[in-house]
Amino acid sequence: MKVLDRPSESDAGVALDEPVASQLLVDRARRSQILPRLFRSKTATIGVIVLLLVLVAAAAAPWVAPNDPFAIKLIQRLKPPAYANSAGITFWLGTDSLGRDVLSRLIYGARVSLIVGLSAVVISGTVGLLVGLLSGYFGGWVDDVFMRICDIQLSFPTILLALTIMAVLGSGLDKLILVLGLTGWVQYGRIVRSQVLSIKNDEFVLAARATGERQWRIIFQQILPNVWSPVIVIASFTVASNIVAEASLSFLGIGVPPSVPSWGTMLADGRQYIGVADWLTIPAGVAISLTVLSINILGDWLRDYLDPRLKNIV
Amino acid sequence: MRYVIRRLSQSLIVVFGVSVVAFGMLFLTGDPTEVILRDAADHMTVEQIQEFRVKMGFDRPWYIQYGSFVGNALKGDFGYSFIRHQPAYEVITDKLPATIKLASFAFVLSLLVSIPLGMLSAIRVHKPVDHIATVLALAGQSIPSFWLGILLILFFGVHLKWLPISGSGTWQHIIMPGIALAAFPIARNMRLTRSSMLDFMQRDFVRTARAKGISETRVVYAHVLRNSLLPIVTAIGLELGFLLGGSVIVETIFGWPGVGREIVSAIGSKDFYVVQAGVIMLALIFAAVNLLVDLAYSWIDPRIRHGA
Repeated sequence: MKVLDRPSESDAGVALDEPVASQLLVDRARRSQILPRLFRSKTATIGVIVLLLVLVAAAAAPWVAPNDPFAIKLIQRLKPPAYANSAGITFWLGTDSLGRDVLSRLIYGARVSLIVGLSAVVISGTVGLLVGLLSGYFGGWVDDVFMRICDIQLSFPTILLALTIMAVLGSGLDKLILVLGLTGWVQYGRIVRSQVLSIKNDEFVLAARATGERQWRIIFQQILPNVWSPVIVIASFTVASNIVAEASLSFLGIGVPPSVPSWGTMLADGRQYIGVADWLTIPAGVAISLTVLSINILGDWLRDYLDPRLKNIV
Repeated sequence: MRYVIRRLSQSLIVVFGVSVVAFGMLFLTGDPTEVILRDAADHMTVEQIQEFRVKMGFDRPWYIQYGSFVGNALKGDFGYSFIRHQPAYEVITDKLPATIKLASFAFVLSLLVSIPLGMLSAIRVHKPVDHIATVLALAGQSIPSFWLGILLILFFGVHLKWLPISGSGTWQHIIMPGIALAAFPIARNMRLTRSSMLDFMQRDFVRTARAKGISETRVVYAHVLRNSLLPIVTAIGLELGFLLGGSVIVETIFGWPGVGREIVSAIGSKDFYVVQAGVIMLALIFAAVNLLVDLAYSWIDPRIRHGA
């Protein structure tokens, strides 16, 4: 992988020898084959299709949702779903305790899950990448400080730390994204650091140093392109864990405000009617599980494709 | 010995960090008085709020406050719960045995199920049993514990009425929360065992053992399994963190009287000192277990000591 991900000729600032140039061609060819290879795997294809459906539902929610997910109609409360309703189809997945359409809330809930999942990954990925790059490259006291911060953060189970901070700050989508982003960077930091340690004395880095390249250019132009693979793999798994964390915190009543349609708040509401109105919990639970399963399948495939060595780590 | 001293000093730094983070939580909104009083401040005059601030010492510089926070914590004083009318430390220590019981049950369950399943999957690789185990593991990693908990309640509690859906007291009470909590570690450890065993099965020493005519059972148990368990031992330390964190949700769903449920309830009633005490205790237990696991690991695998 290391050889395959060598920087381009112009990046390195020195002429590449023949074997490296041929490896670059192999690398480019391999990258261009990513989609055909992805669709050759049946499970990965199913994962992609489910994810695309969720993405489309989230993006087109105002057009796809049959009803207003916020509209409270007490007269329509706890209406059973279409399959159990002999009186005709009014609400495909029934209504909740306030008469709101479950299907519309489910579709809008996809928005919250994806926004939180993806935005928090951008924050944690950026922080972890920077920490890992600086820690691995400079070593010494910089590495010691960052690694001790990692140890301290690892002492707090993530969900517990997020729960406590949210308890002090109060619920809200923006706070939730920030909290999950800032509590999830450690895994990136540690793996990027180990990748940097393994390549920082490679010839292309030494060559860049010898030509008097500035350190920040070496870090961001020579080393960074070689540590993307684990970052992408971890990011895919972290999107899934963020979706679960958002749902868990919202389920406990401290994620997004209860009025916001989210899969976690839907499960929390439905829990009170368990055994009486199963349709309040089952759709949201299935939606979370299917989405997370699809992301995990895709993450597994990406890991095996990009860097199988991560199998025992991620 | 040098490794032990180095690892102990790292743990001390972690304990210091935990105290800073736990103390800093009070200042997240800028004013700790606001965090402690919350809605009660609406019914108080400005003078009364100021009086409370001075009484609690929040008017002093932060480093003096941190000093007294650490001093009090060392004496087991984490503040007073105005809701429970009890010191926060006692509120948490009363609930700690229940959490440890649940986490231990889930931990043992996860090892008992995951390792044999992972072994079976690796021995019968690409056979139907491997495919079923892999799909189950993928599902186990994807179903959130609270959703699995609700499904268990719905199926075994509400429809079949086999198991109690809430509380503690009998051995039946621990089964559903234990399964809900163990599902993720089972899935992860099963996959880890499988991939680790498959990795070792390709190694030269295993090939040599087979060439020497050693029975397949002995090759699997004495050569492959013994070596492939090492990465799982490392994962165990992190697993406890997951179990302690996960207990917050599982205990809440099943009404299990542990620290996690107490923390969630304290968040609801704005009982900040109990939240703080709970978080510190769980983090310290986690750090202590991690230390023990690392020391045990270095004892099992001397390369770590020498590497240090």
